[in-house]
Amino acid sequence: MRRITIDPITRLEGHGKIEIFLNDGGEVDRTYLQIPELRGFEKFCEGRPAEEMPRITERICGVCPTAHHTASTKALDDLFKVDPPEAAKKIRELMYCAFQAEDHIFHFFFLGGPDLVVGPSAPPGERNILGVISKVGMEAGGKVIEARKKLREVISIIGGKPVHPTCGLPGGVSKSLNEEERKKIIEAAEYSVDFSKFALELFNNVVLKNKEYVDLISGDIYKHETYYMGLVDKANKLNFYDGELRVVDPSGKEYAKFKGQDYLKHIKEHVEPWTYVRFSYLKNVGWKGFVDGEKSGVFRVAPLARLNAADGMATPLAQEAYNKMYEVLGGKPVHNTLAFHWARLIETLYASERMLELAHDPELTSPDVMNIPTKTPSEGIGAIEAPRGTLIHHYKTDKKGIIEKANLIVATQNNAASMCMSIEKAAKSLIKKGDVPPGILNMIEMAFRAYDPCMACATHFLPGRMPLEVNVYGSRGNLVKQLQR
Amino acid sequence: MDFKRKDVEALGSRELAVSFINGAIRTEEQEEMVKLLREKSSLVVAFGSCAHLGGIPGLGNFWTRETIFRRVYAEVPTVENPKGTRPQQKTVVDSDEVITLPEFYDTVKTLDQTISVDYYLPGCPPPPDLIAKALDAILKGELPEKGAVLAPDKALCDTCPRNETKPDKLWIKEIKRPYEVKLDPEKCFLTQGVICLGPATRSGCGERCIKANLPCRGCMGPIKGVVDQGAKALAMVASILGVEEEAKLTEKDVQKLIDGVVDPGGTFYRFSLPASLLGRRRMK
Repeated sequence: MRRITIDPITRLEGHGKIEIFLNDGGEVDRTYLQIPELRGFEKFCEGRPAEEMPRITERICGVCPTAHHTASTKALDDLFKVDPPEAAKKIRELMYCAFQAEDHIFHFFFLGGPDLVVGPSAPPGERNILGVISKVGMEAGGKVIEARKKLREVISIIGGKPVHPTCGLPGGVSKSLNEEERKKIIEAAEYSVDFSKFALELFNNVVLKNKEYVDLISGDIYKHETYYMGLVDKANKLNFYDGELRVVDPSGKEYAKFKGQDYLKHIKEHVEPWTYVRFSYLKNVGWKGFVDGEKSGVFRVAPLARLNAADGMATPLAQEAYNKMYEVLGGKPVHNTLAFHWARLIETLYASERMLELAHDPELTSPDVMNIPTKTPSEGIGAIEAPRGTLIHHYKTDKKGIIEKANLIVATQNNAASMCMSIEKAAKSLIKKGDVPPGILNMIEMAFRAYDPCMACATHFLPGRMPLEVNVYGSRGNLVKQLQR
Repeated sequence: MDFKRKDVEALGSRELAVSFINGAIRTEEQEEMVKLLREKSSLVVAFGSCAHLGGIPGLGNFWTRETIFRRVYAEVPTVENPKGTRPQQKTVVDSDEVITLPEFYDTVKTLDQTISVDYYLPGCPPPPDLIAKALDAILKGELPEKGAVLAPDKALCDTCPRNETKPDKLWIKEIKRPYEVKLDPEKCFLTQGVICLGPATRSGCGERCIKANLPCRGCMGPIKGVVDQGAKALAMVASILGVEEEAKLTEKDVQKLIDGVVDPGGTFYRFSLPASLLGRRRMK
């Protein structure tokens, strides 16, 4: 028995650790992706006033606070049984689209994209944002920075600051927008639409015109046939902020469609002793272990899953891009994990187009942004699509709106099982007869980086270069080989 | 910054000029890492509310490891766990191999309850201009005395754009929750009856939440000399609540006023429970 440990420790709070076990023949027997961290929000939110939850739960993460803030705010509407004025809904969705676009751009250009833009076999030192810039040119690099700056400014206009914004209240938002702010938002949205088109063009030129990349994206190493979940609007078009959750089976057929409020009828979670994360699965299919296929309740979320679960995009340019992706990759659903990167750019374009629509909406600057709740709170559920997938907040309160019970289904929990599977599959494909080639480090890393996992905040720390270490142990625990970069 | 453990271990003592460390200490692994970084760093800066005061995850000190585990792995309505599986520090897999998880401690600690800290950059998250100033001061070697918080030593009210609307003698009739009133975007929150931690909180954040029309929750921590931000905030509210009518109030009236603060612990100690004199709730 040999053991390989990949410990991608980069920052002090939270990271993933991968353990790979080889059998006597040197083939991969089993792998484990461990999350060595827990915070316990589900417990310590008890006793807090419900209206503070958007400001508390967004501290779950410094990467996607806006997602928690928004899911929490929607749960409050449901809890207090209050329908916000249209302008408030539009302001929330607008901030949310700005956040989605910003977050996706960050992931593509800084974290995941370097594998594709610079190349998986490029020297590790070049697989980062600087490598991306040297490949696409200084001017393009400047655009990346400018787009993020403008989008963060939009979040600040609405929520005060780009990280841990604050504006959500049950029944609306804390502040209306004025015409001057609208002008800035329109400018940012226009920039973001152009930028998204540029990013897709770049993907087209650099990735799709290179056979090595296309083979990798459509190849078998990174493929899993699973269920997919995502929020859709009434026309089954993808939506980030509102709608119903739709699940398609591995053949692409609709398997279920339900309101966020009914999530307990559809989602369950499995506990393992070797990690702090819980694994979501489809209740009515059941937990069959870390396996794919129609009989396994494992489902996937996040960009590719959303595109698979929807019938299309609600904006014209994003729809064109959507059509193209499925045409190139051979129809729906696409099971190849690396296609998450492509889907992420298509979503960036949708988020930008939607932002622009909302920015031009005459109602956006209405001063009427709050309906004061009058009903007695008891239970509320809010579901949205975080950049990393479906996110659900569920609160039960006393009559005064003090939290008695809270449950949080966080995006990365939903992808946790498939991430383990993706790593195992990549390891099995790449490690043969006990041979552990140096390139395996990045190839295995790519398997989970495509999901943009949030628990391994390690991946959000510095440009795409995550130090990895593989230790190969002999059967007595003696170190026989060490690889690092 | 982007180090893995072995890289850090290979460094000489104090070879790193400065480490910015974020996050409170909740696990064994976090403790080991910050101790290692302390040994290898000339300067350690506690970066952000969690490292500085315990932060939001510090609210976990209202509970214990056991109550948190029970909730997370057994009680939540989505968990299907008939065998009562819990994450273990050691799990035997593949018959004889052991994989490990770091211990999850009972109590959240601040960074300076774990290692010696030279400076603090407060805020959730720390404001960019304060980060830039701190870096500048480090590079120029123009640092204040050890233990300083690298932010202005003023109360938030002193720099708040709504300060002008705050009367000299502030008092409030009753406490309102932020969703119970249409929040006036220009008036001092306290005069609207909404609890704002501005008087008990350090300035330097740029009043970002207040500009978004929501009251301060205290992420920047207290000003110099205040040991317990929550106690300060509590005293502040007590000093303005109903005071003008004090003579007329019955005991029942007073109780009703106090009940208006629906979550004193989680409101006054929102970001600072581990750093406070309380530290944590004593569990029976």
